[in-house]
Amino acid sequence: MLTKRIIPCLDIKDGRTVKGVNFVGLRDAGDPVELAATYAAEGADELVFLDITATVEKRKTLVELVRRVAAEINIPFTVGGGISSIEDVSALLNAGADKISINSSAVKRPDLINELALEFGSQCVVVAIDTRFVEGEHIVHVRGGRTPTELRTIPWVKEVEQRGAGEILLTSMDHDGTKAGFANELTSEISKALSIPVIASGGAGQMNHFVDTFTDGNADAALAASIFHFKEISVPDLKSFLKENNIPVRVEK
Amino acid sequence: MSVVIVNYNAGNVQSVTYALQRLGVEPILSADPDIIRSADKVIFPGVGEASTAMNFLRKQGLDQVIESLKQPVFGVCLGLQLMCKHSEENDADCLGIFDVQVRKFEPKLKVPQMGWNNLENMNSPLFADLPEEPYVYYVHSYYAELSEYTVAETEYVNRFSAALQKDNFYALQAHPEKSGKVGEQILSNFLKL
Repeated sequence: MLTKRIIPCLDIKDGRTVKGVNFVGLRDAGDPVELAATYAAEGADELVFLDITATVEKRKTLVELVRRVAAEINIPFTVGGGISSIEDVSALLNAGADKISINSSAVKRPDLINELALEFGSQCVVVAIDTRFVEGEHIVHVRGGRTPTELRTIPWVKEVEQRGAGEILLTSMDHDGTKAGFANELTSEISKALSIPVIASGGAGQMNHFVDTFTDGNADAALAASIFHFKEISVPDLKSFLKENNIPVRVEK
Repeated sequence: MSVVIVNYNAGNVQSVTYALQRLGVEPILSADPDIIRSADKVIFPGVGEASTAMNFLRKQGLDQVIESLKQPVFGVCLGLQLMCKHSEENDADCLGIFDVQVRKFEPKLKVPQMGWNNLENMNSPLFADLPEEPYVYYVHSYYAELSEYTVAETEYVNRFSAALQKDNFYALQAHPEKSGKVGEQILSNFLKL
C-alpha cells in the first residue's frame, strides 16, 4: 500500500540549516548534509531543502551542496528557493536533486511550469504555494509569505496542475510557526480537487497533528522543520505513532 | 568488475552513479556499443517519456545493442517500461524483451504514484536478504501489466509488475537508488549476479 510521507524540511542559508519562526528570526540547526543523513537513517521518506538566500552569487554554493547531499543520501530530495529558469533547474537536477520546487517565479511567470514539465517531466516539478486567509479568502502570497498576490489559492492550484506540476507543497502562513496543527480544511479541499499529490506544510507541533492532516486534511505527505530539528518529535516516534493510529507509513523492519 | 550505466537522453543518471559509488563500485557512463557490450553488468536507467527515449535509443542504435546483451542487464523505472513490448505513453513501441504491455494508471487514485510502496510476492535473486514486503520508492504514471515474467508485484490502483525477469534481463519499476537500505540491497544483489 502506498504510504503517507514524512518530509523534514531544511532551510538553508550560506550552506547551513536554519529555521525561521514565522520566517523571521532565524536559529541555526546544523550542517545540512549531516542532518539530512540523520533523517534518512531515521526513516524520513523524503527531504526538502529550501535555499532562503538564493542570491545569484550563492547559486554555485547551492549546486555544490546538492551534489554533496546526493552523494550521501539514499532517499529522494527536493530543492527550492530562488529557482526561476530552465538553466537553474538543469544545474540542480544534474547535481543529483530528484525534484525542484518553484514558488514566486511560478506566480510571476506561470508558463515556467509548462516549460519545466516539458523539459524535465512533471514528476520533478513541485510548485510551492504560500497561502494566507485574508478578508474571507485564501490568497496566494510570495516573498516568503509576506507579499499578497491577486491570486486566489484554489483556482491557482488547479491552474498549476493543468500546467504540468507534479506535486503541490502547500504552506499555510496562518498556521506556519504556530505549532497548532496543519490547515486541514484547506488542504483537504485542495487535495480532493487535484489528481496530483499534496504536501501539507505549516503548523506541526504534536504527533496527532500529522494524524489529523492525513485523515481530515487528506494530505499525501506532511512537511515540518523545527519540531524535527530541535528534536521535539523524532521521525521514528512519529512513524510508530502514525502506525498505531492506522495511518499507512513506511517503517523499516 | 565493470559496471556500465547506459547513458542516453533519459534524465538524471547521477543518482544511480552515486548509489553505486556508495556500494564501492565506480560505474562507467557510456552510450558506446562496444563499451556496453564489454561490461560485466549493464544498468539501463531512465526517467522521462517513453516515445522520446525510444527514438533516442534507436537513433543511437542502442535498441539493438541492449536486446542483444548476454550479461546481466538491470532496467530501472522507465528502463523497465522500455524493455516491455509497447507503452501507452504516446503509443510507443518499445524493446520487446518482455512481451508485456505498459498501461497508464486509471485515475482512481492520484497519478503519478509518488512515494513508498511494498514489494510483494518477490521471486528473484534481486530480492535476496530483504525484509518481508519491503518498501521501495516509486514515481510513475505508467505500469507494466502482470505477466509470466513478473517476479514482484505492487498494488496501486491495480496490481502491477514491480519487477520483471527473463534470462539475463532484470527490471524494477521503483527507484533502487532512492529506496534507502532496501534499494542498496537490491542493487548489491544485482551486482552479485
